[in-house]
Amino acid sequence: MTKSRIEARFAALKAQDRAAFVAYVMAGDPDRATALKILQGLPAAGADLIELGFPFSDPMAEGPPIQKAAQRALKNGMTLKGVLDLAAEFRQGDDVTPLILMGYLNPLVTWGFEAFAQAAAQAGIDGLIIVDCPPEEADPLADALDAADISLIRLATPTTDDKRLPVVLRRTSGFVYYVSVTGVTGAKEADAEAVRPAVARIRAASGLPVAVGFGIRTPERAGAIARVADAAVVGSALVDEVAEALAVNEDVTGRVLSKVRALAEAVRQARTSLPA
Amino acid sequence: MNAPIPPATPNDFAAYPDAQGRFGQFGGRYVAETLMPLVLDLEAAYLASREDTAFQAELAGLLTHYVGRPSPLYFAERLTEHFGGAKIYFKREDLNHTGAHKINNCIGQILLARKMGKTRIIAETGAGQHGVATATVCARFGLPCVVYMGAVDVARQKPNVFRMNLLGAEVTPVTSGASTLKDAMNEALRDWVTNVEDTYYLIGSAAGPHPYPMMVRDFQAIMGREIREQILEAEGRLPDAVVACVGGGSNAIGTFHPFLNDESVRIIGVEAAGDGMGTDRHAAAINGGRPGVLHGNKTYLLQDAEGQITEAHSISAGLDYPGIGPEHSWLHDVGRAQYLTATDIEALDAFKLCAELEGIIPALESSHAIARLPDIAREVGKGGIVVMNLSGRGDKDVATVADHLGRTI
Repeated sequence: MTKSRIEARFAALKAQDRAAFVAYVMAGDPDRATALKILQGLPAAGADLIELGFPFSDPMAEGPPIQKAAQRALKNGMTLKGVLDLAAEFRQGDDVTPLILMGYLNPLVTWGFEAFAQAAAQAGIDGLIIVDCPPEEADPLADALDAADISLIRLATPTTDDKRLPVVLRRTSGFVYYVSVTGVTGAKEADAEAVRPAVARIRAASGLPVAVGFGIRTPERAGAIARVADAAVVGSALVDEVAEALAVNEDVTGRVLSKVRALAEAVRQARTSLPA
Repeated sequence: MNAPIPPATPNDFAAYPDAQGRFGQFGGRYVAETLMPLVLDLEAAYLASREDTAFQAELAGLLTHYVGRPSPLYFAERLTEHFGGAKIYFKREDLNHTGAHKINNCIGQILLARKMGKTRIIAETGAGQHGVATATVCARFGLPCVVYMGAVDVARQKPNVFRMNLLGAEVTPVTSGASTLKDAMNEALRDWVTNVEDTYYLIGSAAGPHPYPMMVRDFQAIMGREIREQILEAEGRLPDAVVACVGGGSNAIGTFHPFLNDESVRIIGVEAAGDGMGTDRHAAAINGGRPGVLHGNKTYLLQDAEGQITEAHSISAGLDYPGIGPEHSWLHDVGRAQYLTATDIEALDAFKLCAELEGIIPALESSHAIARLPDIAREVGKGGIVVMNLSGRGDKDVATVADHLGRTI
């Protein structure tokens, strides 16, 4: 296989000695047309990679912001096929930004792993993060994704000790997602100093870039994480912008992208403005 | 992997789950990575407790002196006469401390939590019976307890909410989703993933990630073992059928498990059909759902064509859940157990009949099993023996029933 979009993007950023900014948005939130506009605007606003959430009725690891985003998307009729259509439309205008789907297993079980993986590859999906599919249960899905050249991105957490780390890293590719706090998305704040050794340990064990997420809401914290990790992921704070814009009847796309610009700028400046 | 695999009939039904926590294709550990080390630790601690004679002795002592075991096996003479078929026996779990079978499992798990050094207990509850049982054992052992309960269930099971408060538990109403048991379980999982150091999640159903379905079953299997002894003493032989209602399925699997290898014993579960199986308002995961992944396990689920979980509907809060324990899904697929249904109206009629003929007010959950007894008693026939698990008492349901009868109390 040729170099994947994920590998290419991390290699380019490494050459520039800066971390990636990863933006998470929920597909179909608040509706398809707006979600597409947000998606298309993300790369120019500074998103180096995009995590595209696909909605599930029972998102066990999400805090209220992403729970509500999933409910808005489902209410407006978003389906997994609809998410791939959205991705394919984005790909027509952007063939370089890595696109990672993130969600829960049951919609994939319903579709069938092989058929889904082929459809996702066609739509230009580069990787998949499935929250409720630990390595012990992942082989059937990993087989299907391997056949479609899609990376199964694994999660490591503060509860992943040295004994468990090799289990987590088995069959992983693309990058490793470090969940920086124990808890649901958007609840606790990540501490860059606590994250630093974990990132170093995972990087050494995997030889892959390490992205950090789950506890980053502000440009300051995104910058601090970008000094110790290969990527900083922000989700709940962006999804909150959707909810707040809707509440005050403001331009949703403009508000989300302006937040993305502030976060991306902080990540870009992180290693130049302060000593690492 | 989604092509239907023809289920093989196992030689030993009692030998499951396998090392991966699977019953055939069902079960497993579909949890967030943060929780994986915790469920692996729990499995190790539970397996060690099975070999720990001091642990087993403490468990047995509490079951005898605190819960009041063994519960009686009662010959329901007037219902037997009324149905005109096989002899009907009730396993009287309604007579346990706290009024249902749920306490059996809570005693076992609270001892395990203590052994593991956990200092905070969380639980989910539907009808409130498991919440009350959890709050009870937490009071008994002096541990703080948080119970997640759907806001709809908080409203329809007020007496149990107050009981939990009296026992010192904090009841947290859950307003996400449909505000019932499924959503309470999501919220409990969110708490657990946040408080990994000190918190023990005390699951009340034979569902969730491995080892819960196995562990809850084992703690509840004391019911089936007692039934075996008691019926042999009363009748000199095994029953022709054992019957239980099924929501998540803990009372049913605890009843069924010791009989799985007895080919002569029919095993019958009764799911909640709500407004009827012809409607979309029911809670019958096996009869109206298909396999999928939710709450840590693969099992039959109520879901739409997209794999989104749909809401269950039942008059009985304890059966109002879109899934079912994975072992039941497997017993159904391999044909060892049969799963019937009963509607809200049938359960209400059975509730009244049992009160009037036997002087026992059953839980609405158990009333679903009673509702199928006339057919089962007739099929088994005179001279036959049917044992039904009367899993709980109906005091908590009197307001709901009065409401449906148009009565004000």
